[in-house]
Amino acid sequence: MAQLDSKIPSGPLADKWRKHKAEIKLVNPANKRKYKVIVVGAGLAGSSASATLAELGYQVETFVFHDSPRRAHSIAAQGGVNAAKNYQNDGDSVHRLFYDTLKGGDYRAREANVHRLAEVSVNIIDQCVAQGVPFAREYGGLLANRSFGGAQVSRTFYARGQTGQQLLLGAYSALSKMIGQGGVKLHVNSEMLDLVIVDGQAKGIIVRNLVTGEITRHAADAVILATGGYGNVFNLSTYARGSNATAIWRAYKRGACFANPCYTQIHPTCIPVSGDYQSKLTLMSESLRNDGRIWVPKKKEDCAKDPNSIAEADRDYYLERMYPSFGNLAPRDIASRAAKRVCDEGRGVGPSGLGVYLDFSDAIRRLTEAGVRERYGNLFDIYHEITNENAYKTPMRIYPAVHYTMGGLWVDYNLMSNVPGLFVLGEANFSDHGANRLGASALMQGLADGYFVVPYTVGDYLASQKPGSRPSPDAPEFKAAEANITGLTSRLLSIKGSHPVSYFHKKLGHLMWTYCGMARTKEGLEKALVEIPKLRAEFWAAVTVPGSAGTLNQSLEQAGRVADFLELGELLCRDALTREESCGGHFREEHQHPDGECKRDDENFAHVAAWEYQGEGKTPLRNTEPLNYEFVKMSVRNYK
Amino acid sequence: MVAANSTKTISVTIRVWRQDGPDKPGAFKDYPATNLSPDMSFLEMLDVVNDGLTLNGEEPIAFAHDCREGICGTCSLVINGKPHGPNKAVASCQTYMRSFQDGETIVIEPFRANPFPVIKDLITDRSAFDKIQQAGGFISVRTGAACDANATPVPKENADLAMDAAQCIGCGACVAACKNASAMLFVSAKVSQLGLLPQGQPERDKRVLNMVATMDSLGFGSCTNQYECSAACPKAISHDFIARMNRDYVKASFRASFRPVSAGASGGAG
Ligand SMILES: Cc1cc2nc3c(=O)[nH]c(=O)nc-3n(C[C@H](O)[C@H](O)[C@H](O)COP(=O)(O)OP(=O)(O)OC[C@H]3O[C@@H](n4cnc5c(N)ncnc54)[C@H](O)[C@@H]3O)c2cc1C
Ligand code: FES
Repeated sequence: MAQLDSKIPSGPLADKWRKHKAEIKLVNPANKRKYKVIVVGAGLAGSSASATLAELGYQVETFVFHDSPRRAHSIAAQGGVNAAKNYQNDGDSVHRLFYDTLKGGDYRAREANVHRLAEVSVNIIDQCVAQGVPFAREYGGLLANRSFGGAQVSRTFYARGQTGQQLLLGAYSALSKMIGQGGVKLHVNSEMLDLVIVDGQAKGIIVRNLVTGEITRHAADAVILATGGYGNVFNLSTYARGSNATAIWRAYKRGACFANPCYTQIHPTCIPVSGDYQSKLTLMSESLRNDGRIWVPKKKEDCAKDPNSIAEADRDYYLERMYPSFGNLAPRDIASRAAKRVCDEGRGVGPSGLGVYLDFSDAIRRLTEAGVRERYGNLFDIYHEITNENAYKTPMRIYPAVHYTMGGLWVDYNLMSNVPGLFVLGEANFSDHGANRLGASALMQGLADGYFVVPYTVGDYLASQKPGSRPSPDAPEFKAAEANITGLTSRLLSIKGSHPVSYFHKKLGHLMWTYCGMARTKEGLEKALVEIPKLRAEFWAAVTVPGSAGTLNQSLEQAGRVADFLELGELLCRDALTREESCGGHFREEHQHPDGECKRDDENFAHVAAWEYQGEGKTPLRNTEPLNYEFVKMSVRNYK
Repeated sequence: MVAANSTKTISVTIRVWRQDGPDKPGAFKDYPATNLSPDMSFLEMLDVVNDGLTLNGEEPIAFAHDCREGICGTCSLVINGKPHGPNKAVASCQTYMRSFQDGETIVIEPFRANPFPVIKDLITDRSAFDKIQQAGGFISVRTGAACDANATPVPKENADLAMDAAQCIGCGACVAACKNASAMLFVSAKVSQLGLLPQGQPERDKRVLNMVATMDSLGFGSCTNQYECSAACPKAISHDFIARMNRDYVKASFRASFRPVSAGASGGAG
């Protein structure tokens, strides 16, 4: 059974991080260059960590499967990044950001981690501005803010609808500088396929070069995974097509615990599915809910009508009706379920009936069309390209889609997993968002982890490792891991069955969305737990992967990733089945209040579920880490 | 409100550049793509063709893609002779089948430019762009060393213009569109973004000199003011930034030849 010591420092909440930083071990400057740190991933979390660790003097090697660090999925984030700057003088504070995040997560995150996140949020904005991130500004030249869901203050910093792009390019520029100076060795087109453990500690990785097919072994004193979320287990999602769970899944199979896999986020404002050829769903940023009003017709008969012809009195602005104080800015999980509910009642709009209106006519009256264009122009353009509709004239149609995963590898307060030497950052870990993430908080967390947390905490681990003691990549553990990967690759290529990889990914996605999507039941999850293993068996018997291992082979890349999703999907359902309560993004129909809100069970489930791999075909072990709330009272979330 | 032509389908022939590897010969090959919804994206059309090829035991067409929403800069197709296809200010992944006629033959090629060698089929190696960034596309600020973000106000007009430049997605369409394979639009976008902000001033001269020198050394051509680059740019980045960079470059070169260098500059503080 895994040891799950969260290592939360003692003392008052607001002092914990400061005290911890002062107490953890340091590596002296001359010794830093003797340690090598592998960073897998160069999204916000990986780029910021790589650059900062190199600045400190560590030897850093960074691996990405992309052809450039700038292509990481972080680039697609639209809306913004939160920080408790209180530049608007609207009563924001570190405590309020902490509290909003904890409450938004439905009291399923650690208090100490969330408080630290809120504390360092202010440094993130300073850092990014100094790097030249062109955040939106007011006429006086000071930084502008907007509001996001789950908050009653304006604390979101943004760069038009491309905040993730600008933050990532900022981190990429810091990384580029360190690559240019020789502090970071970058490996592009390099996919990590296995984690190497030596004497119980993470000491390296096995990598496939996606262009040449070559498999290589890499040793280090510590390994950092910053490989993003696993939402593509649902096939259709707002993630980039290449986002995958392989790095964290293979680390799980090497002993790292996987925490709360069932905490997945369904974003309320995405463009609805249009056909079975669909390869991805496109997000319409939550920031649109600042000015757009969400509604469906009151009467089913009106659903096929031109929305502009439906009288005001016949519209149901259901979020404003149900949640008068937060209105259209209710948190994501709540807004998504409300959309599902009105569509289930037969009041959905659009060709599939799975859609609700997001209407800007009031905003256009208030701000003029030009004013709306200035705020959201690029989002309206994206909407037009995809749907061929003009949202300045007719309301957008939106529907919830899979968007983010709060679960991930279990980490302690130092962001180290239960495998010593293995650190996990950004969306790949489970640490800060509990059962639901608030908008604009993922960018904040990725950069907090990479710029301001791991550069300190990795030193605490390295100080316990003798300089020069890292194993050679020719050690037997490395060779065995390499053989494992070569074997897996040839197995995939040799099946030569009758279905392309996409066939299985689509089927898995359909099972996941149906039984483990916005609303889950015991019966449905049990069914999924029968169907997923069947599908997995079919995959290993009937998939066809053309081409060879020794060249660029996109089918092979995809096959390996889908093989992992077919296992992870099962764990996700198992976690959802065992968590007999509803909280945040995890909604079990059996556990709801009469008004349809989540009914938590704090007595039995105020804990983190950290799953431990037990070997192929064996049921994984469910470890728990109790969530002790010392400073905030767990209460029923109320956004009314 | 109902999406236009959602029931009609179209069929096209795609004429695709197939090339096994960097040093292998390449050739066009035709494939039918039938019964396509006009609402399907261009890349989804390729997905469907590829699944068909896979089932026929042929290797699918290799093409680069990731976000499929026009922001990561990975997709990079020349469609009917135009980088990113027929529509203005979108990337290949934001091109939809409604832009094509039933029965049409669509020619699909990789971005062609010497500094972007073909890796396979429609995929090229664009790492030269990263090398240019490493030569100076940054502001040197150590993590944790920044002052309060509002300590230096930035006029809104400058911030907005910097953002216009900063939107570059690094796809390389500008290079593919230019008969000289010039990377001036790409480089000028970064140089201008940082040069427009107060934070970017200390390294302004060094940045433009180093980035341009690296660009030249990687084999990108020079700009002869045809502006095919901004016409092909999926973010419609203006070629005005090229003029801005040229001014910066001239000033920086001038200053570099006259600036006195401090005797202690390389000596450190002891
Ligand atoms: C459309 C969209 C909009 C969003 N908008 C917002 C927003 O407005 N505000 C907000 O706060 N959050 C937003 N998010 C969420 C946020 O963007 C992500 O959670 C965050 O960017 C994840 O960053 P990351 O660094 O953890 O991972 P990623 O950016 O996903 O980076 C993963 C990195 O790991 C590498 N990698 C992965 N696996 C391997 C492997 N096996 N081997 C080698 N390399 C590997 C990849 O190459 C990549 O470099 C949005 C998400 C989406 C989908
Ligand atoms: S796939 Fe990302 S820009 Fe086209």
